[in-house]
Amino acid sequence: MAGTASARPAPARDLAAARRREERRTRALLLAPAMAILIFAASGPLLIVLAYSFLTPGDYGGVVWEFSLKAWFNVFAERDFFTGEIELADAHLSIFWRSIKLSAMTTALCLLIGFPTAYFIATRPRKTRDFWMLLVIIPFWTNLLIRTFAIMELIRNEGTVNSFLIWTGLIDTPIQMMFTEFALLVGMAYVYLPLMILPVYAALERFDFRLVEAGYDLYAGRWQVLRRIVLPLAKPGVVAGSILVFVPCLGAYVTPRVLGGGKNMMLGNFIELQFGQGRNWPLGAALALTLLVIVMAALIVYVRAVGREEGGRHG
Amino acid sequence: MQRLLTTVAALAAAGPALAQELNIYNWGNYTSPEMIEKFEEETGIDVTITDYDSNDTALAKIQAGGHGFDIVVPSGTYVPIYIDEGLLMESNPSEMENFEHVAERWRDPAFDPGRRYTVPWQWGTVGMAVNTSVYDGDINTAAIYLDPPEALQGRINVIPEMMDVMSIAIYYVGGEQCSQDRETLREVRDLLMEAKPHWLSLDYSTVERLAAEDIAASITWNGAALRARLQNEDIAFGYPETGYPVWSDNVAILADAENVDEARTFMNFIMEPENAAMISNFARYANGIAGSEAYMDEVMATAPEVVVPGDLAEAGVDSRICPPEAQQIYRAIWTEVLK
Repeated sequence: MAGTASARPAPARDLAAARRREERRTRALLLAPAMAILIFAASGPLLIVLAYSFLTPGDYGGVVWEFSLKAWFNVFAERDFFTGEIELADAHLSIFWRSIKLSAMTTALCLLIGFPTAYFIATRPRKTRDFWMLLVIIPFWTNLLIRTFAIMELIRNEGTVNSFLIWTGLIDTPIQMMFTEFALLVGMAYVYLPLMILPVYAALERFDFRLVEAGYDLYAGRWQVLRRIVLPLAKPGVVAGSILVFVPCLGAYVTPRVLGGGKNMMLGNFIELQFGQGRNWPLGAALALTLLVIVMAALIVYVRAVGREEGGRHG
Repeated sequence: MQRLLTTVAALAAAGPALAQELNIYNWGNYTSPEMIEKFEEETGIDVTITDYDSNDTALAKIQAGGHGFDIVVPSGTYVPIYIDEGLLMESNPSEMENFEHVAERWRDPAFDPGRRYTVPWQWGTVGMAVNTSVYDGDINTAAIYLDPPEALQGRINVIPEMMDVMSIAIYYVGGEQCSQDRETLREVRDLLMEAKPHWLSLDYSTVERLAAEDIAASITWNGAALRARLQNEDIAFGYPETGYPVWSDNVAILADAENVDEARTFMNFIMEPENAAMISNFARYANGIAGSEAYMDEVMATAPEVVVPGDLAEAGVDSRICPPEAQQIYRAIWTEVLK
């Protein structure tokens, strides 16, 4: 094709246009497999979930193919069985709130531990950095369930921590750590910590530490250097890390179930309930989509806010 | 896992019958490995077992299709759902050679009249396992979890089995199974809401945690309580005198099973008293096969967890499935309690 086009004397403009067309086609072809996977493997199931959320629950699980808005109505409101009145579904809202609260706390905890860790690694000599990174990544390769059970082994009443504390004589009776929000926080922070360290490290690795020296030369204190120089430049990493931790926390299922003891549900468990004992698949689907919308909205707001700030600084 | 099993099943179907296979989908920690070993040796069939932790998990997965399982072990309450939804194969086990061993009580159950789909696996009760070194009062009461004595407060586990937890509470306030009575249910809800702060966890695994004294009491299944007692002699099992559920689990072949002959062989195999006894010796529940007692461990024969003490036997209520309307209310109450 290209050969015939160049053999004919044609205006340069046409040639450029032809090349652009060609490029576009090549790009489309190269992208096709990835796009196909995205469409079938991501959008496909999502569309099924969307369709299910507008159907009627079957008597014993599954769905009946009758259109209904009841599931969506039930996400936010319900008819109280005892009074017969339509009320705000405060049970659902409090489960949403607990999930958001615990996810935010986990993200903060991950940032608090992850940032200094990433900073430490980024300031090591280039040769040893890979070794430190490996230490962070190895647990990440381990199955999530196994890591969760490992935490359980540590904090259960007969576990390592309590046994050690009793052995030292600091306490007489074990401290109840399992099945508390503390256990949940520790578990989730441990599980998702690498997702914070990796992007923050990536940002800090490119960071020019001569800027810190320059800061000190200009009589900036440690705190000022951190706040005015390091943090702003590491911000893309911090933002990416926070999103990577916050989002999976919101939908966490295994950790709340194993470490939280299932006494207070989080969203993941609540959605599961609808597909299991609750036998209300449409409500489960609607809840899952609500979660998706919340995450998307939060991301858009967050990215916009960060973007505006950045625009302001450059402008 | 599901996909893996399907792949395995597909590969097995594609090639010439190299090895016979059987994919069993059963409750976790419930299948005697010795019994499976014996079955494999006698028949040359390769068995793969996949676990589930609740009837609803199993039902949802089977309804979704593409599971690759041949055999499932639903509770009696769920068998009619499986049959109605066309998920089970009519395998007519009552015509199998070993059916003669099935005990009178389990030959013609309401959930599967004439035993056209299922054979008995194990049956038992739901009650209160209590560590008597922590609390030595009366344990034959649902107050253990609904109005806990001080010694047990904060150390109680409740299995997250909505229907059992709700049913025992309904019996406790004087209601009937599957009650939709407003006053009864209001009382049940208030009772559960008030009791919940005294619970430590809602978790299925109770045997190890009772034995290790991580928890001092739990609603649990009788066999689990017996297994816990064998590890820790302080654990006793109470039957709430106001009423407690009696359940049975049953082996059935799935409508879309790929290894039907192997599954039938398995059904017939477990009705043999000696093999049924192996199932009981592992999981510590009664099995519904007459004559299996002779092969059971001594500890099972006299265990109060298995042999219900005379006057408490009457309080047992055969579990049945509740209508969707009742289910819906129970779910609302359950969500309210666990919010």
